[in-house]
Amino acid sequence: MIDASHSLALIAVMALVTALLRFLPFLLFPEGKHAPRVITYLSGVLPSAVIGMLVVYCLKDVQPLAAPHGLPELIAVAAVAWSYVWKRNTLLSVLGGTVVYMLLVQVVF
Amino acid sequence: MAKNTVKTAFLATIPVMTGYLVMGMALGLLMADKGYGWWGSALMGLTIYAGSMEFVAVNLLSGGATLISTAIMTLLVQARHLFYGVSLLEKYRGMGHIKPYLIFGLTDETYALACSGAPEGCNKRKYYFLITLFDQLYWIAGGTIGGLLGAAVRFDTRGLDFAMTALFVVIFTEQALSTRDHAPAIIGVSAARVCLLIFGTDNFLIPSMLLITALLLGLGALRKRKGAAQ
Repeated sequence: MIDASHSLALIAVMALVTALLRFLPFLLFPEGKHAPRVITYLSGVLPSAVIGMLVVYCLKDVQPLAAPHGLPELIAVAAVAWSYVWKRNTLLSVLGGTVVYMLLVQVVF
Repeated sequence: MAKNTVKTAFLATIPVMTGYLVMGMALGLLMADKGYGWWGSALMGLTIYAGSMEFVAVNLLSGGATLISTAIMTLLVQARHLFYGVSLLEKYRGMGHIKPYLIFGLTDETYALACSGAPEGCNKRKYYFLITLFDQLYWIAGGTIGGLLGAAVRFDTRGLDFAMTALFVVIFTEQALSTRDHAPAIIGVSAARVCLLIFGTDNFLIPSMLLITALLLGLGALRKRKGAAQ
């Protein structure tokens, strides 16, 4: 059962927080003002660290000790990374990896 | 001679179009699977407009999350946008009345396109506006089609949410390939892994974020000292 008004409120919260984060740098450092060096430094290194964190977040529910021991995830992640190194095509890797994973969890394991 | 900016912008966004249509459809299908109509993903694409966050949103919405936890989760997942903004301060200078829309529409992919800059001979303002607009239209179209499809056809969507994992793995791989400095990525993965072990699946994002920021600042200070010593 969906609570439509609660869903709408959640969407509004997510939209507001997202917009706030996107606008904040431009509000804090308006045109003609330079950002402090620590911010410039973090802007360079944080994106790859955060993406690494998000990969861990996506895989947080994997149980290596219980069957199937995270094997579908391991295989599918390897397929995505390998195909991307090979072809450098985001769409191919995302689509292919998802199909591989769906086959693994629905048919194989 | 001035190039046709509309055509140039369209050609530049074709890779994003294919990606967004497919990812948007995956999102629409997931939303339909949780009982939302096509309007659910269309509305999110219109207002939130952030691919990865909207996949997280499916879980928050269907799990009936509270407003506070949703706000915190959004803050964490979207914090990287702070840093996108910082790195585009110069490029988006003097964009006038379209600037708010450029900032609103700053997704990972549009950011990547904007970072590469406007091609020679293009009207810069028009180019940045169009890539942002085209990308958002692809995303909304994908979400709507997926939502309609999901309502019309019933099929086993188990494993479909792996699309989000795959997207992050691709971005992660791309970053690893395009830089020689792998320390930030390693810090991100290991800090998150350690915090996951300590704090558990529901509470590890905030400590991870703090630990990552502290470690990155430490790394910066260490490298500065090393650089000064040499």
